[in-house]
Amino acid sequence: MFPELNNLLNTTPDKAEQGTLTLLCDSKTDGSFLVHHFLSFYLKANCKVCFVALIQSFSHYNIVGQKLGVNLTMARERGQLVFLEGLKSAVDVFFRAQEKPHPLQFLREANAGNLKPLFEFVREALKPVDSGEAGWTYPVLLVDDLSVLLSLGLGAVAVLDFIHYCRVTVCWELKGNIVVLVHDSGDVEDEENDILLNGLSHQSHLILRAEGLATGFCRDVHGQLRILWRRPSQSTSQRDQSLTYQYKIQDRSVSFFAKGMSPAVL
Amino acid sequence: MAAVATCGGDAGSVGSAVATASKSNVTSFQRRGPRASGTNDSSPRLVSITGTRPSVRNGQLLVSTGLPALDQLLGGGLAVGTVLLIEEDKYNIYSSLLFKYFLAEGIVSGHTLLVASANEDPANILQELPAPLLDDNCKKEFDEDVYNHKTPESNIKMKIAWRYQLLPKMEIRPVSSSRFGHYYDTSKRIPQELIEASKWHGFFLPEKISSTLKVEPCSLTYGYIKLLQFIQNIIYEEGFDGSNPQKKQKNILRIGIQNLGSPLWGDDICCTENGDSSHSLTKFLYVLRGLLRTSLSACIITMPTHLIQNKAVIAHVTNLSDIVVGLESFIGSERETNPLYKDYHGLIHIRQIPRLNNLVCDESDVKDLGFKLKRKLFTIEVDSTSL
Repeated sequence: MFPELNNLLNTTPDKAEQGTLTLLCDSKTDGSFLVHHFLSFYLKANCKVCFVALIQSFSHYNIVGQKLGVNLTMARERGQLVFLEGLKSAVDVFFRAQEKPHPLQFLREANAGNLKPLFEFVREALKPVDSGEAGWTYPVLLVDDLSVLLSLGLGAVAVLDFIHYCRVTVCWELKGNIVVLVHDSGDVEDEENDILLNGLSHQSHLILRAEGLATGFCRDVHGQLRILWRRPSQSTSQRDQSLTYQYKIQDRSVSFFAKGMSPAVL
Repeated sequence: MAAVATCGGDAGSVGSAVATASKSNVTSFQRRGPRASGTNDSSPRLVSITGTRPSVRNGQLLVSTGLPALDQLLGGGLAVGTVLLIEEDKYNIYSSLLFKYFLAEGIVSGHTLLVASANEDPANILQELPAPLLDDNCKKEFDEDVYNHKTPESNIKMKIAWRYQLLPKMEIRPVSSSRFGHYYDTSKRIPQELIEASKWHGFFLPEKISSTLKVEPCSLTYGYIKLLQFIQNIIYEEGFDGSNPQKKQKNILRIGIQNLGSPLWGDDICCTENGDSSHSLTKFLYVLRGLLRTSLSACIITMPTHLIQNKAVIAHVTNLSDIVVGLESFIGSERETNPLYKDYHGLIHIRQIPRLNNLVCDESDVKDLGFKLKRKLFTIEVDSTSL
């Protein structure tokens, strides 16, 4: 996790809020550093994490996690982390006929399927085990990323249904958190992606938007992060709080600074 | 005019070893193991594969794309287990050239090739590869070997260096150069001996289409299903995914897929905006990447993205690939006669570079790059008109 980002969000692993949906969004840049942040954050907070990693392999997250101070292999071995490696499972489900429904069953289906098997997988992974083992604080579901599901043929409504089911189970029943990443296609007209993004934005408690700079590529400032706090259940009379920072990604951390205050400029 | 000097710096790093996957799951993303000092045999068995080198940044295993200039822009080379997507230029001239450089590099490095095409027979593609520019003395040795093999007195006593008599004779093999990244002469064809000595598999779509479709429909175009099965077959049978532990020498599988997404593959994304198989290509890329990540292979794909009607599909395809390079040639455009652009044949856009095993990636500082094809050199340089 990045200590500077924790300061900006005003959280620490000990006193994080529960029952929230956090939406990570990137537009014209790569927002995957936010996924690494939340993964290591919740592992350090001693939560039971179910990570649906659809876009990269396990060793990628493991190596970056080691730079951020968490060991994913050990977390997986002691049961704290349940990891669904999308790429490897896709090969399994595509080439070998499965007896029972596989979480990525929709890859084999001709028309737009649904994500029920994936939801069953998540529910099974995060279900509280009352055998008196090391108690994890609360469950967390992490998805990287949802736009991949859209590009694989699922409709935006199917993905929104999946998130809704997960929210009921993880956020409301088990008092856990959900963090998802969605790509924003920007000026490219992608209707399904816009539906998904708007739908999730209305349901989220916290939105982190990583954007590329409007002026183009810069070596010292990699992008701009917009943080938006929301209270979807309460009335809209209370104004949502929003902050904007610029950031630079380094080898082991990310540094944040106010707009125009990059150390390279000053 | 052998380009030896420029490649001298790279030769040194090839010798360094890479830790093999000792566990059952072979992924190519292995952190480079502790460097074994010369006589230390208690360390795990370290194997170095010809034609590869570990990345400076994170120990990732890299192969050359066949274009040293492009290797440099991509941070040293193409990482094993990843996909390089080339967005074709309008008349598919320079993208097919990059495709051929990639395959020729595989032959010279001794890698296994898998060539897939829907419009050209892979054997013909291999015949048209450019000739590599090897060192002059290597070529002389090669000629000498051929001569020695033909003479019956193969055990001529060595008068001076008699110790060397006991060493095994050099076989007739093309000199698999230990350099990383070679230069090619596009005016000459690759020598026939090199092709014959190399190991390659071809996938020519018209040959593979049979009238009976026994595959259950899963919304992938038939051509894509067959290609995926073919690739998975080769990977499994030849042990690129670590499933065959008796293999004595690990090797890289270079996969080249030409004109993916064109109507010849049975896909209609270049014809209509919302066709029946609109997600066929993305599913194909996803499963392909899954295969690559779990094996020692690297893939180049050329795609006619300028023909794709639905722009959102291009965004999806970009997100599902690792490296994306776009080529824009000036042929037929008004820039061809523009005196500003007379030094270049076209522009090259590095659209995406992956952040593998890392928070940062090796983005080059300059985004305006032009390329020029000379007979023996494909240069990429900063577009001076943009400065």
